[in-house]
Amino acid sequence: MLKSLLVVALVAAIAWLGASAGLGSLFGVVLPYVAIAVFLGGVVWRMVYWAKSPVPFAIPTTGGQEKSLDWIKQAKWDCPDTKWGVVKRMILEVFLFRSLFRNMHAEMKPNDAVNGGPRLVYYSSKWLWVFALLFHYCFFLVFFRHFRFFMEPVPACVGFFEMLDGMFQIGAPRFYMTGGLLFCAVLFLLLRRLANPRVRYISLFQDYFPLWLIMGIAGSGICMRYFTKTDITQVKAYIMGLVQFHPISAAGIDPVFFMHVALVSVLLAYFPFSKLTHMAGVFFSPTRNLPCDTRRTRHENPWNPEKNFLTYPEYEDMYREAMADAGLPLDKPLEKKSGE
Amino acid sequence: MAKLPTPEELVASRPEFPAQSWFDYKPKFEAGSYCYPAQKPTMELMHMPNPHDWDPAADDWNLPENWKEILCDAFADRLAKHRSLKLFMDICVRCGACADKCHFFLGTNDPKNMPVLRVELLRSLYRRDYTLLGKILGKTIGARELDYDIVKELFFYAYQCTECRRCSLFCPYGIDTAEITAIVRELLHEVGLGIHWIMDPVKNCSLTGNHLGIKPHSYKEIVEMLADDCEDIVGIRPKTPFNERGHEILFICPSGDVFADPGIYTFMGYLILFNELDLDYTLSTYASEGGNFGSFTTFNMAKKLNAKMYAEAERLGCKWILGGECGHMWRVINQYMDTYNGPTPAHMQTPVSPITGTVFENAASTKMVHIAEFEADLIKHGKLNLDPSRNDDLVCTWHDSCNPARAMGLLDEPRYVLKHVVNKFYEMPENTIRENTFCCGAGSGLNTEEIMELRMRSGMPRGNALRYVQQKYGVNRMCCVCAIDRATLPPLANYWAPGVTVSGLTELVANALVCKGEPKRTMNLRQEDLPHLDEEEQGE
Repeated sequence: MLKSLLVVALVAAIAWLGASAGLGSLFGVVLPYVAIAVFLGGVVWRMVYWAKSPVPFAIPTTGGQEKSLDWIKQAKWDCPDTKWGVVKRMILEVFLFRSLFRNMHAEMKPNDAVNGGPRLVYYSSKWLWVFALLFHYCFFLVFFRHFRFFMEPVPACVGFFEMLDGMFQIGAPRFYMTGGLLFCAVLFLLLRRLANPRVRYISLFQDYFPLWLIMGIAGSGICMRYFTKTDITQVKAYIMGLVQFHPISAAGIDPVFFMHVALVSVLLAYFPFSKLTHMAGVFFSPTRNLPCDTRRTRHENPWNPEKNFLTYPEYEDMYREAMADAGLPLDKPLEKKSGE
Repeated sequence: MAKLPTPEELVASRPEFPAQSWFDYKPKFEAGSYCYPAQKPTMELMHMPNPHDWDPAADDWNLPENWKEILCDAFADRLAKHRSLKLFMDICVRCGACADKCHFFLGTNDPKNMPVLRVELLRSLYRRDYTLLGKILGKTIGARELDYDIVKELFFYAYQCTECRRCSLFCPYGIDTAEITAIVRELLHEVGLGIHWIMDPVKNCSLTGNHLGIKPHSYKEIVEMLADDCEDIVGIRPKTPFNERGHEILFICPSGDVFADPGIYTFMGYLILFNELDLDYTLSTYASEGGNFGSFTTFNMAKKLNAKMYAEAERLGCKWILGGECGHMWRVINQYMDTYNGPTPAHMQTPVSPITGTVFENAASTKMVHIAEFEADLIKHGKLNLDPSRNDDLVCTWHDSCNPARAMGLLDEPRYVLKHVVNKFYEMPENTIRENTFCCGAGSGLNTEEIMELRMRSGMPRGNALRYVQQKYGVNRMCCVCAIDRATLPPLANYWAPGVTVSGLTELVANALVCKGEPKRTMNLRQEDLPHLDEEEQGE
């Protein structure tokens, strides 16, 4: 946990010191270009790597009633039997985290009144779902808002969303809810990892690392907007230079900006080699992305081996006499013994 | 068998998490913590790789000299064959949502029984050999190099997972531990590690047609005896067609139903029902096993055992197959059979109920219908004359078996049937039924005596839920459509909710079924007096 914090702090410090020492173009030009290339190339490479292995069996997890008799109500969202149904199931999964919404918490009551002894009781447990949803949506919206810096003129929808995001008009510059919520959600995910003994037990370096990174990213962004009040026009001109592949001088830009860019770059470059690939991976999951129609439609396995089993003639050869005695029908009649 | 602790003791004896990190603590192989190993001659007979004698409690497992190479190569091979494996190695975020969904974890509180950590055992090896960061950073990011202890650890935890898929339901990415457990077991079989309770049935099934090793003449004899019992109870002897050509339907059920109490009552139920319908069907001594213990070893073994079904339907000229009540049998039929051994023989047709005319479009490709679907359709069309009051001595609850629930979605068909054949029915708490159902604790070939305490632990969530309805509503019968359940739930019920008995669905159907021309029924299929007999006598 501390190691991962240290690494993130180190990245931030190096970027900040480097930028202060006039290495802005290294952290502001080379690093983001490399990171974006690694991210795009890496994610494609990862998906190709997955796709190279076939899906030998159709193994959807049926999350409800199957499609069977006409008058039995099918759970169309959780046990879809058509391609379109699968699309709906995936939409629920990807946009609303359907499976996580099922989450419940089991607790042992050693002396339950009904059971007259121990009983496991299950409570609804939606906090992880709430904060996971909050985290992912805020992250997306913060990213979306950043198109103010990547596009000229700023698209109307970005401007409209910024207005919504700051609609409470708190402070100056106006406080963006998504930024604050993103920070809170990451904090929750981190605290959960530390406070829940089970989750802490399974957590590895690479579980804390992206959380610290994202906190660093959100923190440096919030810092630039509300505290160091970075010159936005200058930053926009600089980023447009990057976008148009004509980088301009970094001189005079707040070093926190380069810290922010460096952390984002590390996140992007790290992405394809880490658990963060779950973003692409969820679409590949065979327990979710296949229709529950496995008795109606044959799924082919490209490496299906030859059939090799005890055939009926072999079986009959083994037991012919006993089968004849028992009066079981035979394909090849018992040869009569000589003399009979 | 060692004496079991009381339920209270069992619950209280679940240890705290160890202080060490999971990298450092090792499983203890002591009596009761592992299943007996598969025997060398059995493994040889089945042409399994590297058969050898070994003892899980010993330090040396007599693995082949190049065990490491074999396992690493096999892992690479499985990664190339299964996209699911690659994906599940890469995308877990360790959110922990799966942790308390696993009955083995709830019952043992062993952190490595959290589905996430169970998979992490393999994932740590993957990291070391297949990821750049794992190669560079090693242990810092949870990468391990395969060693002897890790092989033992993989064995220990691959046989403390019943492949029930409950975790896969809750995982935001659908990571399915059943898939990983199946593949880990497959890897272990490469170095000759298997368990007796699974491999022996596999051998039997392969050589005699069923897990129990019942030979054709004995199979016939047992079924005839059950038909005699049916005659004693119903007053009509059901027909028992064996290996006959030219019938419309081939009926295949788990062999446990032919052999073991209380499954035999379900089997008698099948005979009585089919006779009453005058169903044009045959049994087969050759394809006399619907279950598939092969599916607990390797995918190819599952295919091998399953192949007999279509082969027999082809030989006998049956148009479609009706399948009996079994859990993992239906996992295989619903999600693997067609892929393994399809397409179906040319003459087979989309199943049509000869009684109601209903076309089972949902089974258009496999041509195989579940008995609960078949019965629900009959009842819906009013084709069965039912007297549910004959089951009035029973207060029933329904146990959704893992595979029909989460690998098929067979939830409402059996409930519909049950509600028409019994008058008293109560559901267990909602987080323990339907797709949320808990395993009996001993599926996937773990229904063996030597791990009885472990089974009572892993069956704790199911046992607790059962006790709840027993205490609250007076439930005294748990029904299910799974032969393994019918073997594992009686000891489980006896431990967690003594007094509750277990039965299949069709047993209760046949109890309630008023057959044409039957004399007045006085006994149920267990040859116990029917309820209301005294009242009726008084009334007469």
